[in-house]
Amino acid sequence: MTSESQTADYQNRRWQHIRKLLERSGPFCHPDFEASAEILNFIMNCCKVLIVGAGGLGCELLKDLALMGFKKLHIVDMDTIELSNLNRQFLFRRNDIGLPKAKCAVEFVNKRVPGCEAVAHHCAIQDLDEDFYRQFHIVVCGLDSIIARRWLNGMLVSLLQYNDDRSLDQSSVIPMVDGGTEGFKGNARVILPGMSACIECTLDLYPPQKTFPLCTIANTPRLPEHCIEYVKVIQWAKENPWGSSTTLDGDDPQHVVWVYEKAQERAMKHGIANVTYRLTQGVLKNIIPAVASTNAAIAAACATEVFKLASSCCVNMNNYMVLNMADGVYTYTFSAEKRPDCVACCNSTRVMKIDPDATLQYIYTKLCEDQAYLMKSPGITTVINGCNKTLYMSSIKSIEERTKDNLKKKLTDLGLFNGADILVADVTTPNTITIKLKFETLDVDMTK
Amino acid sequence: MIKLFSLKQQKKDEEGSTRGGGSQKKASAAQLRITKDLNELNLPKTCNTEFPDPDDLLNFKLIICPDEGFYRGGKFVFSFKVGPNYPHEPPKVKCETAVYHPNIDLEGNVCLNILREDWKPVLTVNSIVYGLQYLFLEPNPEDPLNKEAADELQSNRRLFEQHVQRAMRGGYVGTSYFERCLK
Repeated sequence: MTSESQTADYQNRRWQHIRKLLERSGPFCHPDFEASAEILNFIMNCCKVLIVGAGGLGCELLKDLALMGFKKLHIVDMDTIELSNLNRQFLFRRNDIGLPKAKCAVEFVNKRVPGCEAVAHHCAIQDLDEDFYRQFHIVVCGLDSIIARRWLNGMLVSLLQYNDDRSLDQSSVIPMVDGGTEGFKGNARVILPGMSACIECTLDLYPPQKTFPLCTIANTPRLPEHCIEYVKVIQWAKENPWGSSTTLDGDDPQHVVWVYEKAQERAMKHGIANVTYRLTQGVLKNIIPAVASTNAAIAAACATEVFKLASSCCVNMNNYMVLNMADGVYTYTFSAEKRPDCVACCNSTRVMKIDPDATLQYIYTKLCEDQAYLMKSPGITTVINGCNKTLYMSSIKSIEERTKDNLKKKLTDLGLFNGADILVADVTTPNTITIKLKFETLDVDMTK
Repeated sequence: MIKLFSLKQQKKDEEGSTRGGGSQKKASAAQLRITKDLNELNLPKTCNTEFPDPDDLLNFKLIICPDEGFYRGGKFVFSFKVGPNYPHEPPKVKCETAVYHPNIDLEGNVCLNILREDWKPVLTVNSIVYGLQYLFLEPNPEDPLNKEAADELQSNRRLFEQHVQRAMRGGYVGTSYFERCLK
């Protein structure tokens, strides 16, 4: 069985179809594409891909990418496996319940796909730093939260490097392929941070979370959801069943039971039927039933885009695909546009040359009077060691009073340094802009 | 079309490298947006803000002292908590002053459409300030959160006004006690 010729033959056959894409040219190839056997080698031995999320989409993505030949895969997820995951998160078995998703998924795939060297990270994406993210060629995500997407988007945008003429250094771009599903609907998109529309550019495309008017849930409940929302929003804070420091946790079965029972009482009082434990869980955690086939289709689209990015063997989708299988099957791909005033990716960073001995007042005056800025009442903040710090803000009286002494202080005494970023908000700019301080001793003979 | 760089020409450094070292933690998009909102806050003369920690722009208080209507002469404090998903999600706003009001309950929950179902990312902190101020000028008995107060406003305006006054001076309305909140 394991004779050398047989293994070689197997290897040959295993990559036969991928090779057809990589070792010959065609009409759909990227203009830069040069067919070669080297590309498969790059995919297998060099290209590092980070998969974010090891849930419904993450399991599919890990399987898809491993079978495509990617070996240097990393996967990050903070969750542990629950019984309700098993119908679609096919890398997990009943015995795995309670174990970390990332680790189980990696163990399964590494065992099943010869040569795969996937690495698991059982933690929150926020626990990993810039150096971690910088090591990847491509990031692909299967997330269920907008906050996490925005965070990751912000991280990838912050890794961008700009040349002195403010043009983008393209070698600092880490493409992000983002998939999302909700029931029978899904989307997949390709984001080139700094080059094409990012998560923040299209933030208003996300549907708002379903909420009910407070007065309806308080006084005129009509739906079982109204009763559950009432307990969640009003009754929990009023009764604090586990003490005032415990917030409602939709993952804690005791909490869910408490809400369920109270919601039932309320439903009874208002003659409303159908408050169930499952519905309670659904409302508390905003659960929309996940559909395995939607995940499979979206993950396949994402994995294909990762493959195209890594190989250039085909032009990427441009750049946002929607899939709707709720009523027949419908799909459409459109080009989401980059917002010129996007808070995350518009590179508003400017450089200000300044004497290290200058005071904050000097910056403030410069922002108001310098022809390059001509601001009205700039509010200046910064981030020092990960903490936000308000340097000066004149428009809010209570802050003005407590920050006006900063104006007299030297920049270095305020914790600013050469290369530090200050954030400036003003009515004259559509967004808060970033200004990088470049220390330059203007008066060379100062010591003489 | 964007001319894409060739990934395979890129050498990726191993984790823990110091390329681009000394880089700062960037402010989050929520932080950038709230800084902008606050710097452009244009408060009516009846409103004021208080920041317990000037470095923390995500948690602050709004004080409203209405100069007309039922609540003239009162002083009402609202707490604002801006979350990491701002402006996709609205700030969490609670009324910290006990008030006899059709749209504010005794736990401080406020029924204002733009704080929940009608919130849009284009709205700002300023929109909420005006919304809250409006609640004091025109309490809306159609959408009650404090049902007694709403019924009373509809059936007996004089009595409602007396009760509002009593609550603001400090005292009982029905079985609920209200702390004095006159300016």
